Amino acid sequence: MTSTPFSRRGFLKTSAALAGAAALPKAAFAAGDLTVGFIYVGPKDDYGYNQAHAEGAGAVKALAGVTVVEEENVAETIDVQKSMESMINFDGATLLFPTSFGYFDPHILEVAPKNPDLRFQHCGGLWQDGVHPTNAGSYFGYIGMGQYLNGITAGYATKTKKIGFVAAKPIPQVLLNINSFLLGARSVDSEITCQVIFTGEWSLAVKEAEATNALADAGCDVVTCHVDGPKVVMETGAARGMYLNGYHANQSSLAPEIYLTGAEWNWAKVYEDMVKTTMDGGTIPNFVRGGLAEGFIKMSPLGPAVSDEARNKFEATKAEIMKGGFAAIKGPLKDNKGNVIATEGQAFEESDVALESMDYLVEGVIGATS
Amino acid sequence: MAVVDHSPVPGPRGLASPEGWLAALARRSEAVLIPLGALIAGLAVFGLFLMSQGKSPAEFYGLVYKAGFGTAFSWQNTLSRTAPLLFAALCVALPARLGLVVIGGEGAIVMGGVACGALAGALSGWPPALALPLMAAAGALVGGVWIGAVGWLRHVRGVNETIASLLMAYIAIALMNHLVEGPFRDPASLNKPSTAPLPEALRVGNIPGWDVHWGLIFGMLACLLAWILIERTTWGFAARIAGGNARAAQVQGLPVGRLIIGFTALGGALAGLAGVFEVTAVHGSANASLAAGYGYTGILVAFLARHNPLVIIPVAILLAGFEASSGLVQRRMDLPDATTLVLQGIVFVAILMSETLYGRLRLFAPERWRST
Repeated sequence: MTSTPFSRRGFLKTSAALAGAAALPKAAFAAGDLTVGFIYVGPKDDYGYNQAHAEGAGAVKALAGVTVVEEENVAETIDVQKSMESMINFDGATLLFPTSFGYFDPHILEVAPKNPDLRFQHCGGLWQDGVHPTNAGSYFGYIGMGQYLNGITAGYATKTKKIGFVAAKPIPQVLLNINSFLLGARSVDSEITCQVIFTGEWSLAVKEAEATNALADAGCDVVTCHVDGPKVVMETGAARGMYLNGYHANQSSLAPEIYLTGAEWNWAKVYEDMVKTTMDGGTIPNFVRGGLAEGFIKMSPLGPAVSDEARNKFEATKAEIMKGGFAAIKGPLKDNKGNVIATEGQAFEESDVALESMDYLVEGVIGATS
Repeated sequence: MAVVDHSPVPGPRGLASPEGWLAALARRSEAVLIPLGALIAGLAVFGLFLMSQGKSPAEFYGLVYKAGFGTAFSWQNTLSRTAPLLFAALCVALPARLGLVVIGGEGAIVMGGVACGALAGALSGWPPALALPLMAAAGALVGGVWIGAVGWLRHVRGVNETIASLLMAYIAIALMNHLVEGPFRDPASLNKPSTAPLPEALRVGNIPGWDVHWGLIFGMLACLLAWILIERTTWGFAARIAGGNARAAQVQGLPVGRLIIGFTALGGALAGLAGVFEVTAVHGSANASLAAGYGYTGILVAFLARHNPLVIIPVAILLAGFEASSGLVQRRMDLPDATTLVLQGIVFVAILMSETLYGRLRLFAPERWRST
């Protein structure tokens, strides 16, 4: 193609000359031993998914010898590829945490092989040996257990025996949360049902508010959600007098009196560990998972609306989960279309990889995956 | 290259005489200097906004330069983001020649991408030389039908094309979500529903020696062809007449209906190609990330370029540069990501306001530069 207005060499020459000529103000940059880049798909203060990661990044900032660079609202397009490369080129980042699920394939898979000496840590993906680059890795937590504990407090709080769930998309990570929430509530009272409404998008405030109102209209008196920013669901639910179960981060400040508890990420611990490992010259394992026991997730402090009875059951179940090997999905269990999911005695422990390809809603959930 | 003699030649007053040359220059420079002035004014106003936030405009523009245009990496970053803006802007600029304001190019982009991604599954194993043009044609066809329908509704039913195209974009995104989560979903795409990944042979690569995919070159070619269509063909001429006064054009016997549907469909087809390049060169499958807002940034590009397809190229590069720099600005100046949107918005308003200046500034009046 000779029709391009630039010849590469001339262009590089010109840009180099221009770059040299530009008197740029030097950014005040502390010389750190390690520069870590965090990339978020939404705003850092969304009371949800991104805030949870940003709080983790905040903990890393406090470590000596570490410089943290952050970027928010980075789309799962060429945008994130260039943000990673920009952090590498301009900031000297050597450890990157692109935190959104959609960043992995194809974007990290595109950039990681070009930078074999750097490390790319991705949240949520399923890194596979022999398939994915060795300088990339994935980590995630068993937050379904948090939704199970949420469900216990919801089970005690509900008077209508109907609880509600506002969900983004019918994908495995979300379905596991919905099912866990209902099963937690049913461990209190087996007549409870959970109505789910899918909004179709990770972040769509208007639909989230509509869905919450629809759940309230349908008689649900407790609500939780799995969308990127739970703030709208929490505030709408509070306005409709529903009890609230949080998700991703702590939303109790939005309505402290009626916030029961919440399933929160504890990325601070995960990120501190990974950064320390890197600084000590170690290698982060490529596939990392953890739950309550490993400190990957935590529960918001129980609110004043939680009864003593609920508190006891909550604490007892939490202790069980902390021992490891706990299964929320266990037989006998059917899905809400009548298919058998697990027979008597069959159980899927929290760490079972089969749960990461869940495609059903359990009996008692009102809603459909498609 | 031939040396052009610009020295004044004696003779009757015409383009070659000094007065006439200056007058022509004055007249022509209006179309360049007014948008340029508006751009600079917009940047200055944004500088005041930054100062009101306690930030240094000099540092901001320095960073924009550095991250958008200052290094080889920056240029490749900018140009990587340019391709979809070129196609999306043409989807606005072509109908604009008929006086239509089409703002729903986003819909054609996602529909084009989905068509391409879905077809790729059926074509795996085909030779790329055959499969890729077919995929591109499918994307262009679906995008063309999508925006062409807006033109058809406009002509046949008198439906406002601005509202119709915008609402069609929402329908397109909902339809895309349904298709990639339902009928076209690759069962292996667990937490990010997508069509089946394209085989490596059907991926569009980079321009040799560059980290920029071929969409840039094809986008520039599309701009050039669109310019030729508008400026150098009877079709383009007829479209401009119809855009000036549709009733008069009809009286003259021009096929206004076919022009409207043809130009909107062509714009949609080009936006569909943006989706095709997103799927084949960037994502490797069709999924919800296709709705990245390129269609909306394209509106800004087309208006800044005053719907001139050739001017779209530099304007798209400039805006892509702004977007390429937003990351570094966030990281170094601790400014939120929305800063770039504020900048784009202010520049957009400044350019729109400058539209009222045409023909009013004595500086550009040819008479002023003729000796009397």
